[in-house]
Amino acid sequence: MALTNSARLSAAGVASMRFAAVDEALGEGAIALGVSATDRTAAIRAAGDLLEATGRTTAAYTDEMVRAVEDHGPYIVIAPGIALAHGRPSAEVLETGLSLVTLAEPVVFGHAANDPVRLVIGLAAFDHNAHLGLMRELALLLGDDAAVNSVLKAVQTEQVRSLL
Amino acid sequence: MKLLAVCGMGIGTSVLLKMNAEKVLKTLEIEATVDATDLATAQERRDAQIILTTPDLVDKLQGLPAEVIAIEHFFDLEEITKKLSHSLG
Repeated sequence: MALTNSARLSAAGVASMRFAAVDEALGEGAIALGVSATDRTAAIRAAGDLLEATGRTTAAYTDEMVRAVEDHGPYIVIAPGIALAHGRPSAEVLETGLSLVTLAEPVVFGHAANDPVRLVIGLAAFDHNAHLGLMRELALLLGDDAAVNSVLKAVQTEQVRSLL
Repeated sequence: MKLLAVCGMGIGTSVLLKMNAEKVLKTLEIEATVDATDLATAQERRDAQIILTTPDLVDKLQGLPAEVIAIEHFFDLEEITKKLSHSLG
């Protein structure tokens, strides 16, 4: 049976990570730093493509992530500089997961108060009752200004992983 | 007292808002529950007194018995506290 990252680390005697669930949800290769995106659609697609590449979603889910913002506006920019891109909990979600993209240049999403965006988190989940532990950690991580700033400054994915 | 935290899809932003709203309600010592829902579900609910949502979705939640409050910064407990206290008197 495959061990989770945190189980492996616990077995190795390493202290459990502060954001173990987030680290777990970010599959191998789910982090991309300093990405160039010309507009909000490209920025959202970058996050969606990583979810697809790490086996969490299908390509159609990325389309939904883009459509959600086209239909409802940039409500996903939930704090200054941070967008939480996601789609509907549907059959396009294969597994709960996260992706993380930092943008080389800040991108305007059209949000009156929180533009421009520098960090895009891609989220795939089945429904809002499952994975509360993950959401709780995500809330703590994104609400921690120092942690977010460290993520934005990172040039190597290892630096981001070490924050988790 | 019941509140709804509403976003377009019901899996992401509404849960983050729900968590911070619960924190604020606890600090204000107000007995209330917060449900995270998507837009479509919220439009059919009649049991909430207050709906917290993003500025973009406020228009789509008009005509319900609940008071709709727009929260711009989900992690700014001060903003949530200010707006909730204002609404709850």
